[in-house]
Amino acid sequence: MSDMTPMHAWRERSVATRKLRSRVFDTFMWLTGVIALVPLVLIISYVLLKGIPALNADFFTQTAPPPGVPGGGLAQAMVGSAMIVGIGIVISVPLGILTAIYLSEYGRGKLASVTRFVAEILLSTPSIVAGAFIWAVVVTAMHSFSAMAGSIALTVLMWPIITRGAEETLRLVPDDLREAALALGVPRWRVILSIVLPTAGPGLFTVVMLSVARGLGETAPILLTALGNDFMNLNPAQPTDAVPLRIYNYAQSPIVAWHDFAWGGAIVLLVVVLTLSIGARILSDRQQRRLR
Amino acid sequence: MLGVLLVAAFPTFRAFGLKFVTGTQWNPVTDQFGALPYIYGTVVTSTIAIALALPVSLGLALLLNEVRSGWVRNPLTVLVDLLAAIPSVVYGLWGIFVMAPALNTTLEPALGATLGKLPLIGRLFQPTPSAGNMLNAGIILAVMVIPIITAVSREVIATVPRDLREAALSMGATRYEAIKMAVLPYARNGIIGATMLGLGRALGETIAVAMLIGNGLGISSSLLAPGYTIPAVIANEFREAGSTGLHRSSLIALAVILMLIALILAAASRMLVRNTAERFAVKLSEVSTTLEQP
Repeated sequence: MSDMTPMHAWRERSVATRKLRSRVFDTFMWLTGVIALVPLVLIISYVLLKGIPALNADFFTQTAPPPGVPGGGLAQAMVGSAMIVGIGIVISVPLGILTAIYLSEYGRGKLASVTRFVAEILLSTPSIVAGAFIWAVVVTAMHSFSAMAGSIALTVLMWPIITRGAEETLRLVPDDLREAALALGVPRWRVILSIVLPTAGPGLFTVVMLSVARGLGETAPILLTALGNDFMNLNPAQPTDAVPLRIYNYAQSPIVAWHDFAWGGAIVLLVVVLTLSIGARILSDRQQRRLR
Repeated sequence: MLGVLLVAAFPTFRAFGLKFVTGTQWNPVTDQFGALPYIYGTVVTSTIAIALALPVSLGLALLLNEVRSGWVRNPLTVLVDLLAAIPSVVYGLWGIFVMAPALNTTLEPALGATLGKLPLIGRLFQPTPSAGNMLNAGIILAVMVIPIITAVSREVIATVPRDLREAALSMGATRYEAIKMAVLPYARNGIIGATMLGLGRALGETIAVAMLIGNGLGISSSLLAPGYTIPAVIANEFREAGSTGLHRSSLIALAVILMLIALILAAASRMLVRNTAERFAVKLSEVSTTLEQP
């Protein structure tokens, strides 16, 4: 504090500076909001802009064209994605929900904490590592890349998401309901089947939707396990194509016509994945409002 | 899982030992495998990603906690979450055809012409003719980790007791001062945890990086030069590696290194975030006992 300056003058200048700094900081915060939204808007608009012209009937019904041949489509990739993710759902949803029931309804002991620990570890495992693991175990043992191996790799990624999400959902079911049923003499398994699961149903559904959205978009683990295929394949033991794989390969291809296929694949993938994510969000918002 | 990977990677660790981590030669033809270029590329791209994403995510997380009106906050939260829902191959596609050409013709020559002329840091910005480079990969990674760091930081900041912030405001602090004095110090560990989570994601990201980084072997000091990352080399070379041999076990050894780093980061992150949440329970009780004493 300089001794010659009157106190109020010092203070006033300081307040102005302080206000200015705060104003600058406010601007910074709003700017970060804008910065985060710019890529979102750009990505979605480019995918729409470049993807829509690539879509036609052939795109959904024909398989991959040989180099230099016009026409063709991504039918084999869409069917492949559906098969890989479908088998993944069949394995991971029952497994995940059963684990979650165990954790929320019974799990107190050591086994429960080990299960939770494993799920946590898998949640933070990079997807390429999950892919490398299944490649080292399943693909090597079967001596072939396959849709099945892809589904198992997706299970490694989807099971922990479903388990954790479903456990949280089951815990939202009020204990009063369980106790009321138990007090009437209903056995434990019956309480879970007739009271807990139906009450948690919509919540469990949103968890599954989110995990499917995740599985559909995964590229790296599918690449290492299902490999890809130019032809339609319905045998889960054979190498199989998937939409994200096609986008990955076509985007890096020197053939310009294939770039349009990549954008077309991207719009199909993005529409499905975003519909699942947004749908899950709307459903869970609605459900939370109901529980409140 | 780690055990299986370790067994599969054993031939590599036995053949090269620590040299696997420090070696710079990666040559499947001569069975020479050193992972340093990949480790370097992974570290550089992730560092760029975090350096760019952290300020944005932090500002965004504070914004989402400061803005009271729901019609700004709710859509903004949803939109930021949507950024996390976009598949990484779509990021890669957009990056390769839209972002990289744009940056290669505008930002990067400008960086080379300005910062590139400076001593020391100039070495980071030496222009190269490569379309794919580490800066592009780092920027796309930054966009991909923003939603993660933002979501966790926002939750951590939301646990800071409002009283603290309001006390600062009632003493005449400006909004900036209140955040700086009463919010950030308490949320600090949690924010570090959130950053580690984002870092773990950035290290493991495969497809978008493989499409943008240029996949060039070698260690270059310039960020505008192509590089290569651990996940990218696994994705690109597993096909040639066959089902036995040193090449295969070396790729799996890379996966082991990646997984160990990811696990350590995840554990540290979880501890920091949990600590923040728990500390407030203590802090609040301390405050109330202090107030109750005469």
